[in-house]
Amino acid sequence: MASLPDNSAPPAIEVRDLVKTYGGVTAVSRVSFTVARGEIVGFLGPNGAGKSTTMRILTGCMPATAGHVTVCGHSVATQTDEVKRLIGYMPENNPLPEDMRVSEYLHFRGRLKEISRKKLGPRLDEALEMCDLKKVRHRIIGTLSKGYRQRVGIAECILAEPPVIIMDEPTIGLDPRQILVVRDLIDSLRGRMSVIISSHILPEIEMTCDRVVIINQGRVVAHGTPAQLRRDLLGGARYELELAGPEQGLPALLARVEPTLKIVVTTPAADGFRRHTLTSTNAAELGEPLLRAIAADGRLRVRSLARAHPTLEEVFLAATGQNWDAERKSA
Amino acid sequence: MPSGKVPEPPHPLLVKHFLTILGHEIRMLLVNASTYVAAVLFLALMGLVFTTLLESYSTTAQEASPAAVFFQLFWLPVFFMVPLLTMRSFAEERRLGTLETLFAAPVSTTEVVLGKFGAAYLLYLLLWGLTGGFFWILRHYANDPRLIDSGPLIGGFTFIAVSGLLFVALGVWMSSLTRNQGVAALLAFVLIVLVVWGPALALDNFPVLRLETMRPLREALEYAKVFRHLDDFTRGVADVRAVLFHVSGATLALVFCVFSLEAKRLHT
Repeated sequence: MASLPDNSAPPAIEVRDLVKTYGGVTAVSRVSFTVARGEIVGFLGPNGAGKSTTMRILTGCMPATAGHVTVCGHSVATQTDEVKRLIGYMPENNPLPEDMRVSEYLHFRGRLKEISRKKLGPRLDEALEMCDLKKVRHRIIGTLSKGYRQRVGIAECILAEPPVIIMDEPTIGLDPRQILVVRDLIDSLRGRMSVIISSHILPEIEMTCDRVVIINQGRVVAHGTPAQLRRDLLGGARYELELAGPEQGLPALLARVEPTLKIVVTTPAADGFRRHTLTSTNAAELGEPLLRAIAADGRLRVRSLARAHPTLEEVFLAATGQNWDAERKSA
Repeated sequence: MPSGKVPEPPHPLLVKHFLTILGHEIRMLLVNASTYVAAVLFLALMGLVFTTLLESYSTTAQEASPAAVFFQLFWLPVFFMVPLLTMRSFAEERRLGTLETLFAAPVSTTEVVLGKFGAAYLLYLLLWGLTGGFFWILRHYANDPRLIDSGPLIGGFTFIAVSGLLFVALGVWMSSLTRNQGVAALLAFVLIVLVVWGPALALDNFPVLRLETMRPLREALEYAKVFRHLDDFTRGVADVRAVLFHVSGATLALVFCVFSLEAKRLHT
């Protein structure tokens, strides 16, 4: 069973006003966020947003231009070696040596991560078991499928049981079945290790992560749980309503239920019904009062009413789009 | 849940990581085809040189011992063997992107450079060591003590060991400059040719160096003549300045290699 996070301990990752510039270009601009112990955080952003740069700075592979980054209370700038001992890192594209066997590679990495020879054997078996790699442990890495290679990368990350795992696009290029396996694997780390993953596959992030940080053009544009982001960025609620009958009085009827409830799109449906998309800034559940009001009217017939759940894609587009609009206006 | 407390390293770190990387690199060299290509080419070439040498000794009397003449041709295999042994060191890791994973572990750039250099150097010594077999065969079958003069033999192998430090270090450094193994091999080849032939060629071809005002430069080039070091060693003269030249040159090349890797880490 996963042990509970220690609340008195410093957060797993703390980033304050992180700035990284190279060649006159600001890749990361005053980025701040925190990752709690045992939390899984998704790092989202379009290509070139600064995700990989931020992750590389967190691991100590690249120095920051300005700002303060700590991992479990250790400063990445001044205690780089200590930080490296606390992190399992899988870089973008998961680079692996082509001509080594899986177990040899993990053994070598284990030794570099200072696992004693006595503990390394059992730890290696455990990591291979967790990542379902036992049957390919003697295979040359270069001959493995993409899915197995990703799992070798994850096994390497968790080998030394670090408190923090950083994975840059762990599901990129995988088929849906392999994505499911990797997702379950990451999910199994919940509560035991703090995980920060970047991905373009948004449903994956939504299903796996406790919290999401959206970054665009080097800035954090939104952060919070997926539900919070939906509320903050898309506002209120959206409903899909199918009904038939005289609709002249419908806007007034909607206004009586909730003043901000409005029809945004109407499309014809089968059997004389029409489908209306309604939005409201009020996030409260309006389904029941709406049905009651339509029933009281008597002339309208309802076939279906459902509250629409915007996907994380919509949230992501709203967050990055707002940021892009703001940039254009300021320019 | 892991506490986030940094575990205490059980051994002195430099030694520990150096040995881990050294072992890994030796293994990687042994499973690599280019190592065997280098080894086969080297042994075939040196075998041919040795046979030709013996044939000339069997027909005409020679002044120098076979060992002294054999080591005079050291540059022939060095020009291709060192680039083949060292071209992979960093170029391959950079091409695959595994260098980033390597530096994400608590290892220093110096440990990685020394580990890779150590592995290539040990293999270089091993291959040269195998040529000792030629002399053993000669001694075993010829039964002529005049053919085996241990002085030039020991001197020659000492020169190979000392000069190898510089050549292998240059190869490792060149490998850190590019992600293309071919380019790394070519750069190493050019640099080693310049180190071996450069001073002698410059002294022979630039009359301006004979001017009195150019004396310091001329003396520096004389000091850097690798063939002169070889002559000294095979004659049994262990010149500390020659040893210092190769050791300091190797150190400098490895320091540049560390700088080159650090610069890439900072700027990419």
